[in-house]
Amino acid sequence: MMWRAGVLVVGLLMACSALAVIETYEFSNPDLEARYQRLSQELRCPKCQNQNIADSNAPIAKDLRALLHTQLETGASDEEILDFMVARYGEFVRYRPAVDSKTAVLWYAPVVLTLLGFIGLGGHLLRKSRRAQRADPSATQAQPSDDDLTRLRALLDTENAATPATVANSKE
Amino acid sequence: MQRVKLFLPLIVFAALGLLLWRGLSLDPKELPSALIGQPLPSFQLKELASDTPVTNSAILGAPALINVWATWCYSCRVEHPYLLELAQQGISIIGLNYKDDSVKARQWLAELGDPYRLTLADTDGTLGLDLGVYGAPETYVVDAQGVVRYRHVGVVDVRVWQEQLAKFFGVQGTPTTTASTEIASGSQP
Repeated sequence: MMWRAGVLVVGLLMACSALAVIETYEFSNPDLEARYQRLSQELRCPKCQNQNIADSNAPIAKDLRALLHTQLETGASDEEILDFMVARYGEFVRYRPAVDSKTAVLWYAPVVLTLLGFIGLGGHLLRKSRRAQRADPSATQAQPSDDDLTRLRALLDTENAATPATVANSKE
Repeated sequence: MQRVKLFLPLIVFAALGLLLWRGLSLDPKELPSALIGQPLPSFQLKELASDTPVTNSAILGAPALINVWATWCYSCRVEHPYLLELAQQGISIIGLNYKDDSVKARQWLAELGDPYRLTLADTDGTLGLDLGVYGAPETYVVDAQGVVRYRHVGVVDVRVWQEQLAKFFGVQGTPTTTASTEIASGSQP
């Protein structure tokens, strides 16, 4: 019983968020609807910044959704629609800004910085291993002498002899 | 060289701090209009009071403020007394009654006074859309040639007039705070 009540409550809570944007539009073909979804996610609401027009309840967002619907139905291309919006509300309305000289930093800085990071890391590691070699040239080529090996074998033998049971167990 | 390297994190921190600190004092709501330096979009609207058709030619000839307002906009009521004062000083103000009920709008002007040389009834918000209006009040400065020079979002008051708008009208923003408060208190319902 409690469980059912819980499900009901959770269901009702979820219903509220679904009500946030109330109007629905009919599209003459599903392709237009997909474009509507994509563009309304991509266009930023000028009034309540940090929301796209699909999520916003502001009157202007509602107007822009209606406008988007009309434009799609009259056969405007994505580019035409975005140009129309940018001409009125500025580059600000695009969450995915166009690539030009002003937004180049925005688009390319992450790639450039990542590359620089890798180059720096590579250089650092290279220098570190070179420095280690210079400090102790024998470090990488050091081989145990025959004397050491005999001592090592002797040690291992005594170890095995001392605990035959455990060795036997671990072999099973 | 090694010494300098030790200070690198501090330098990076200071630079970031400066950048972010500056960011705190910027107002992200202040969007420049996309229309600055461009002619006012062409429109065909009706005059609010007389229903006579109006086009762009009606607003040419002298610099003017285009004030976007509506009766549903609370801030517009706050702004109204100062617009009356500006109109008294001889500033040409054109009202754009944005997505409003014309009957209510006429009533508002009758009750509170009419600061507008001309009021356009943009019932569907078409000119508002072309201007990139996203709320009311907004005020645009349009020069004598009909080119948009400036956009202010929010209430126009003495400070906004003096600091941002007055220069487009070739006048020094004269401090008229006392007059403003008189009118403001006079218009209280």
